[in-house]
Amino acid sequence: MSPREIAVVRIRGWFRERFGEGGLDWLLHKQVPRHRHTIWYYLGGMTLFLFMVQVVTGILLLLYYRPSPGEAFESVQFLMTKVQFGWLVRGIHAWSANLLIFTAMLHMFSAFFLKAYRRPRELTWLSGCVLLLLFLGFGFSGYLLPWNTLAFFATKVGTQMIKAVPLIGNWLQTFLRGGEDVTGATLTRFFGFHVAILPALTTMVVATHLFLVQRFGMSVPPSVERKYPNGNVPSYRFVPNFLLRDLMGWYLALGVLAALAALFPWDLGVKADPFAATPAGIRPEWYFLFMFQTLKLIPGRFLFMEGEQFGLFLFGLAGLLWVLVPFLDRNPVGRIGRWIAFVGIGAIVYILGMSLWAWRG
Amino acid sequence: MQKMLCILTCVLAGGWSAAAADTPKVDRCRECHAILDGPNGEAAKQFTDDVHAKNGLTCADCHGGDSSAEDVDKSMDRKKGFRGIPQRAQIPELCARCHSDGAYMRAYNPSLRTDQLAQYWTSVHGKRLRASDLRVAVCTDCHSAHGIRPASSSLSTVNPLHVPVTCGRCHADAAYMKPYQIPTDQLENYRASVHYQTLQGGDLSAPTCATCHGNHGAAPPGMGSVERVCGTCHVFQERLFDQGPHKNPWQKAGIPGCITCHSNHAVLHTSDAFLGTGSDSLCLRCHSADDAGGKVAGRAYAALSNLDSHIRQSAAILDRAERAGMDVADARVVLYSGREKLIKARVDVHALDPASIEESTAAGMKLAASAFQAGQQALAERAFRRKGLALSLIVIGFVILSLWLFIRELEGKWSRQPTP
Amino acid sequence: MSAAVTDFEESPKAGRRRLLKTLVGSGVVASFVSICYPILKFLLPPRTGELDSDTVAARADELAPNSAKIFRFGNSPGILIRLADGNYRAFSAVCTHLNCTVQYRKAENDIWCACHNGTYDLMGRNVSGPPPRPLSEYQVHARGQEIVVSRAARG
Repeated sequence: MSPREIAVVRIRGWFRERFGEGGLDWLLHKQVPRHRHTIWYYLGGMTLFLFMVQVVTGILLLLYYRPSPGEAFESVQFLMTKVQFGWLVRGIHAWSANLLIFTAMLHMFSAFFLKAYRRPRELTWLSGCVLLLLFLGFGFSGYLLPWNTLAFFATKVGTQMIKAVPLIGNWLQTFLRGGEDVTGATLTRFFGFHVAILPALTTMVVATHLFLVQRFGMSVPPSVERKYPNGNVPSYRFVPNFLLRDLMGWYLALGVLAALAALFPWDLGVKADPFAATPAGIRPEWYFLFMFQTLKLIPGRFLFMEGEQFGLFLFGLAGLLWVLVPFLDRNPVGRIGRWIAFVGIGAIVYILGMSLWAWRG
Repeated sequence: MQKMLCILTCVLAGGWSAAAADTPKVDRCRECHAILDGPNGEAAKQFTDDVHAKNGLTCADCHGGDSSAEDVDKSMDRKKGFRGIPQRAQIPELCARCHSDGAYMRAYNPSLRTDQLAQYWTSVHGKRLRASDLRVAVCTDCHSAHGIRPASSSLSTVNPLHVPVTCGRCHADAAYMKPYQIPTDQLENYRASVHYQTLQGGDLSAPTCATCHGNHGAAPPGMGSVERVCGTCHVFQERLFDQGPHKNPWQKAGIPGCITCHSNHAVLHTSDAFLGTGSDSLCLRCHSADDAGGKVAGRAYAALSNLDSHIRQSAAILDRAERAGMDVADARVVLYSGREKLIKARVDVHALDPASIEESTAAGMKLAASAFQAGQQALAERAFRRKGLALSLIVIGFVILSLWLFIRELEGKWSRQPTP
Repeated sequence: MSAAVTDFEESPKAGRRRLLKTLVGSGVVASFVSICYPILKFLLPPRTGELDSDTVAARADELAPNSAKIFRFGNSPGILIRLADGNYRAFSAVCTHLNCTVQYRKAENDIWCACHNGTYDLMGRNVSGPPPRPLSEYQVHARGQEIVVSRAARG
């Protein structure tokens, strides 16, 4: 054996003695099914990659950001204008947030239509839904942090709705806002959510999600399963074949982010003035638009509920059904399976339609 | 019992007189006239909104007679002092009966002036009225006769917003003013002016006819006093003009200051082109391009227009940089100071001293240049970012390509040659 | 067959693989450098150090009574006045006529605009000259050794 090979064996042995046998062997032996739907498998890793980008850029931003109403806007302005490459870090963080949520939704819908939530992967689906909620929480809390007019009023409108939750609505709103109104206390609180609470929760849920994915391997969609009744779906190794392709995708995402940050810089806007009038045309970020538009359409009162309450109820119900789909889809290859797929298409059409309407209107 | 009756009477009497003081005087004149048609009724209807009516006065207080009598003969009895419609020549003194009486007016509005009649006699209108010209304005022509409102009311004919139209009722009527041989284009000219625009914009302190000509003592400002009139607001310009080379020669030649260049009524927005030797130049009305005055004009115009164009250029580049996503707030603050220098220079012009103008504009040029440089830097930074992006995209593209080739190699996608 | 296996190292395929491995490796290294370079530059604080927290208008002992200073508030100038009795007032220093920067006049105890002789009183009200509107007033707080100015609350 060459000296280099001897050195490699020795180093491996050193780590094996301390971390135990096996080590990363499971990863090296992991296989990924290869079929015409394999391309959707990349979305999970892409979401994870974008989340990592958020963590890194977020930590970098933390070195300069100041979470008080007197300094938040100025610190972001300082970051954008005086700190070297500050514009780049902030730009990537802002764009990656949007890309992350978009990719997560794509990942969720692909898992939905490929019926990856079937037994025994129900918990994977559940933890995934929780992750999407957490990412939306990241988006909502992070949006306020620059403390500009748009963010301030979007937060005001967004947190106003919470009051409509029955029984605990008021408490929830006070908890979120850190008081009656959106103030500096809200900023501090959202900052705490954004950099501590949500990351901690997300880490735990991501770990669970990844563990479950490794435990059960990649789900093969029913249409592919039919082609290979004896279960021998062709596959390739995770390392290096799938991982290298993953890497290609991640580099592509990096390029897209760099281009977006440099060519379409994220606007800073004007510092928030809590006592100014709400500017016309305030609306939330695109991922909340469809809910925003739906609420606008609901009449003031519906049956015994207030309009907003009814809206929240609808969303709650829809969300619950969506999350419980592994248990509702009794026969994924049968009629109910097809019905559920139609519902999924309907959901996409609804979301796209409402978002477009809100955007144009 | 007696005591009780006494007290009762006193109380009643006190209440009665108190009530009498509170209730306005009965105005039977108005009650009857208000139901008539035509001019007879109009006056009474208008009088409801009149400030005099609101202060408890009746028709009889101006027209004489007895306002408490219902019977026409009694109320319009000449023996009771009924005057009917007062003659024009008598109107000023009729109004002054109360309005020049300081003690009387104090009971109604202590801060109202009481010198209107005295002022009026000094005015052109007053002098001509004394010379038996009944066509000139008397009190009621401007204030209206029956629906008189205080000048502060936006409906008053003498509210600053309406003063030009009120004066214009005669002064803009060419046919009416024919015997007087004075221009009748003042209102039209004024409407083109900056002063009128400011007034229309809601600034009630903007000059109207009365501001420069006086209201009751209305007369055109005499020679020598024009500058002082303009100078009540345009203090610096008057001061600088007095120090300048035009003051003495013009005074001697009987040329008024200010309005010679800026016009009296059609005071338009000034432009740097009023200076210099171009087609809009006011200087060239008297000077020629190569005499001393023309040269001064040329220098002044050059300094101002130079600074103006530099400021515009700097603003343009900052706009470009901002549109491209760069932050230029600092530079805008600098440019703002530069603009101030230009504003100051435009005031300094009135001293007609090229050295002082150039001093102001020089300071402004420095600031504009600094802002321009900041704009250039911002654009350069943007270019740098794009280059950096291009470079990183090349690297990324290279990585993606090499990965792809490597994967193909790994998976044996190249055509295999059977090894011997 | 075994000869082919042992010859593997020298076959063109191995050469190609080595080349591609080098390409990928160098590409990845280059990309890491192009990521780390901005990050490292980012981590070093800029020379202008302290953040322009523009709400700090002055230090507590900076202004004598009956004097004033112009400070930057947002993107436009503000004026901080220390009255004779020691209290502070702050206004926008942008003249409401044509946007020149106003100044404090000690002798006349007023705020004055040198461009066209506009004057404001110490409550910011326009009292004479061309300015059509008063100056906007700002809120002033003392915070430790700093005088802090912020936008005034309405009502």
